[in-house]
Amino acid sequence: MHEMSLAEGIREIIEDQARRHSFARVRHLRLEIGRFAGVEKEALAFAFDVVMRGSPAEGATLEMIDLPGRALCYDCGETVELADRLDPCPNCGSGKLMPQGGDEMRIKDMEVV
Amino acid sequence: MCTVCGCSGTVKIGDLELTHEEAHRLGLPHGHDHEHRHDAHDHDHPRLSGGTIHFGLGVAGTSVPGMEQSRLIEIETGILSKNDAVAGANRRVLRALGAYAVNLVSSPGSGKTTLLCETIRHLGAHPLTVIEGDQQTSNDADRIRATGAEAVQVNTGKGCHLDAEMVARAMDALPLAPGSFLFIENVGNLVCPAAFDLGEDAKVAILSVTEGEDKPLKYPDMFTAARVALVNKTDLAPYCGTDLDLIEANLRRVNPTIEVIRLSARTGEGMEHWLRWLKGRLAEKTLRKAG
Repeated sequence: MHEMSLAEGIREIIEDQARRHSFARVRHLRLEIGRFAGVEKEALAFAFDVVMRGSPAEGATLEMIDLPGRALCYDCGETVELADRLDPCPNCGSGKLMPQGGDEMRIKDMEVV
Repeated sequence: MCTVCGCSGTVKIGDLELTHEEAHRLGLPHGHDHEHRHDAHDHDHPRLSGGTIHFGLGVAGTSVPGMEQSRLIEIETGILSKNDAVAGANRRVLRALGAYAVNLVSSPGSGKTTLLCETIRHLGAHPLTVIEGDQQTSNDADRIRATGAEAVQVNTGKGCHLDAEMVARAMDALPLAPGSFLFIENVGNLVCPAAFDLGEDAKVAILSVTEGEDKPLKYPDMFTAARVALVNKTDLAPYCGTDLDLIEANLRRVNPTIEVIRLSARTGEGMEHWLRWLKGRLAEKTLRKAG
């Protein structure tokens, strides 16, 4: 979707953290991405490499951790885990599901020197 | 030279003489007497406390295998946190005014601008302002201004969505009145605008009958994020063989709570329903502000 904008958001946060924690370089960065966040991971990895040039995270390795997609089923009332946004409810087979998380896009932590 | 701290030479820890790199790898606390200054980086190491090397005393308060412990910085920050903070500020401005903001989202060509012009015409003298988002041109803002409404055009250039900062700047340029509507016409795109909070009260998705009944299934995120779906151009449905009930079923499939309004900006069908919805939400917001 807007992986370039996301990479720019990441860069801003890194630059802010570099000032706050006085580090020169990020070696490794871990992101948490929900299954329903609509993030194309390959596109984000590509945008990350491009956008981080000239920043403390230039050349840093990027790790993306998947967070499960959860949804509330409007027929059986259960909160269930879904692998895919349009999967039916694993409990009752209904298709009426409202996502309850899984749209996270977070920087979890980073290893800095 | 040690790749962790940049020191050369060795350090003595008890009876052991180790290189800096070895000391870092073993997580042993050691001195850093060397010539460079420490303004660009720090030199924390696992704390040796009462004979125990504690990996939870660094800045992060935790340890992750494979990571140089005391240099792990936990952030737990949303990638869009800056956008969300600006959106929150926009929302506070609107709340203070008791103004109701609608973020209109759709694919290009769904009839957003025509629908907006008709909405403005039906609202008559009610105070309202418009923010028009497009990659290029001021065509849409020109069409809105022709109705007599105040409008600001935001050109995103290469950008595929409006963000909260763009809206904040546009709001500064508009005469936002107490109890008014702010219509934000987002860039025509059913993907990216779903993720960017602008500070609006509701996202309203517009879907025209010529786009195919399965659009909500193809782009579920946008229809999940929307409070209302306006199924537009219903006057064309007979010519396109569109199954309006199927569109509605697909919308509820991805968002069981979505409100669906069928309308045609051209013939005026359904416009009353839409205007009633708008005025109802504004009245609620004004009441909340008064209460």
